Amino acid sequence: MKKNVAIVKYNAGNIGSVDYALKRLGVTPVVTADEEVLKQAGKVIFPGVGEAHTTMKHLKAQGLDRIICGLRQPVLGICLGMQLMCRFSEEGAVDCLNIFDSDVKRFCPQKHEDKVPHIGWNTLREVKGPLFAGELETQFVYFVHSYYVPVNHCTVATTDYILPFSAALQKDNFYATQFHPEKSGSVGEMVLRNFLTL
Amino acid sequence: MLAKRIVPCLDIKDGMTVKGVNFVNFRDAGDPVELGARYSREGADELVYLDITASHEGRKTFTDLVGKVAARLSIPFTVGGGIHELRDVDRLLSAGADKVSVNSAALRNPRLIEEIALHFGSQVCVVAIDANYENNDWLCYLNGGRIPADKHLFQWAAEAEERGAGEILFTSMTHDGVKDGYANEALSALAERLHIPVIASGGAGKKEHFRDTFLQGKADAALAASVFHFGEISIAGLKTYLANEGINIRIPPPERMTQGGGETN
Repeated sequence: MKKNVAIVKYNAGNIGSVDYALKRLGVTPVVTADEEVLKQAGKVIFPGVGEAHTTMKHLKAQGLDRIICGLRQPVLGICLGMQLMCRFSEEGAVDCLNIFDSDVKRFCPQKHEDKVPHIGWNTLREVKGPLFAGELETQFVYFVHSYYVPVNHCTVATTDYILPFSAALQKDNFYATQFHPEKSGSVGEMVLRNFLTL
Repeated sequence: MLAKRIVPCLDIKDGMTVKGVNFVNFRDAGDPVELGARYSREGADELVYLDITASHEGRKTFTDLVGKVAARLSIPFTVGGGIHELRDVDRLLSAGADKVSVNSAALRNPRLIEEIALHFGSQVCVVAIDANYENNDWLCYLNGGRIPADKHLFQWAAEAEERGAGEILFTSMTHDGVKDGYANEALSALAERLHIPVIASGGAGKKEHFRDTFLQGKADAALAASVFHFGEISIAGLKTYLANEGINIRIPPPERMTQGGGETN
């Protein structure tokens, strides 16, 4: 039996978009908060659009914090999903899942042109690892965020906005992107396909 | 570096794409889902779908169409028209829209901006402003440019930002449909006053107009409709031109490069 793809179901804003993106790639995911289904899935995607503090509270109330941290198969966090996989977020000053031992910070504009949120298409730099197989260096992907993860030892891609920050992270079976692969055209599809073929 | 965005706008009436000339006469410009998919392939950075009859005739926006667009497109898109309350926003975001644009409803009830920002985040809240230059001032209009509002462009845009707007979409009624360039002076003044991205709208006629609105108008994104719908400007050609003019633009990779990859699942 083929191993299926599960999307973690909670109050995230972009679950529908991730679901559609996988279907465009020929994969029909299950959207679930069920511990057994998540544990048995071949791949798990942890999406996220929203506010960190409220979302962490929601994850804890559902026991999803413990479930996500205990997953053994490849897991992909997206946007807020990635930030929640870090140690702590300045957004609502909240302790997060601590899968990646970095803190999430708010962008500090240095000059008038530095607008926050960082909205739009920006380039991937210093890409490494299986998520970025296929010449994705300098390709554009889509971002929408006001908080960022500084470059650290888990960084597998960077992007420059106000300062270089982590566009993607990886540690063991945990992968995460600050950008939205589900909204990043053909480049995003390639990142998703790379994840699905891990 | 963050790229300047090219944003085709699809005005929708009865499920079809239309383009108003100075907001009054319309000509058909195709199927909205197919047209959007084509623009996405050609390199559009995002799309705007506006239900142009909604606020005038009180029609609810086209949730089904939004769902079809979301299923098909892999780039972000904004929907507007007929958004009166939080419930409308929830319905459109649930259907798959990435952002909503509010116009008349926000002018009538500015607290709507705060409510959207609070419930869904500023990043989903685009405040669209239609303004006309008259008596040495930019005056805002309601209902697709039909009713003057008691607000001035710069004052209202700053208030919208203050209340939590994530972006401002400024359409110059003075320039719209004339195809003689965007309202770059006003746009640049907006960029200087605001701390959120500004999308220029109204006046695109040729490639140079896009360059000018990025350089002189300091716009973060440029929206256009008829020049794209009727093939007067191709998005791929426009982007190559802008990149050659030194503007940071996203040129999508050739399809063959990203069609490879192994078996999925």
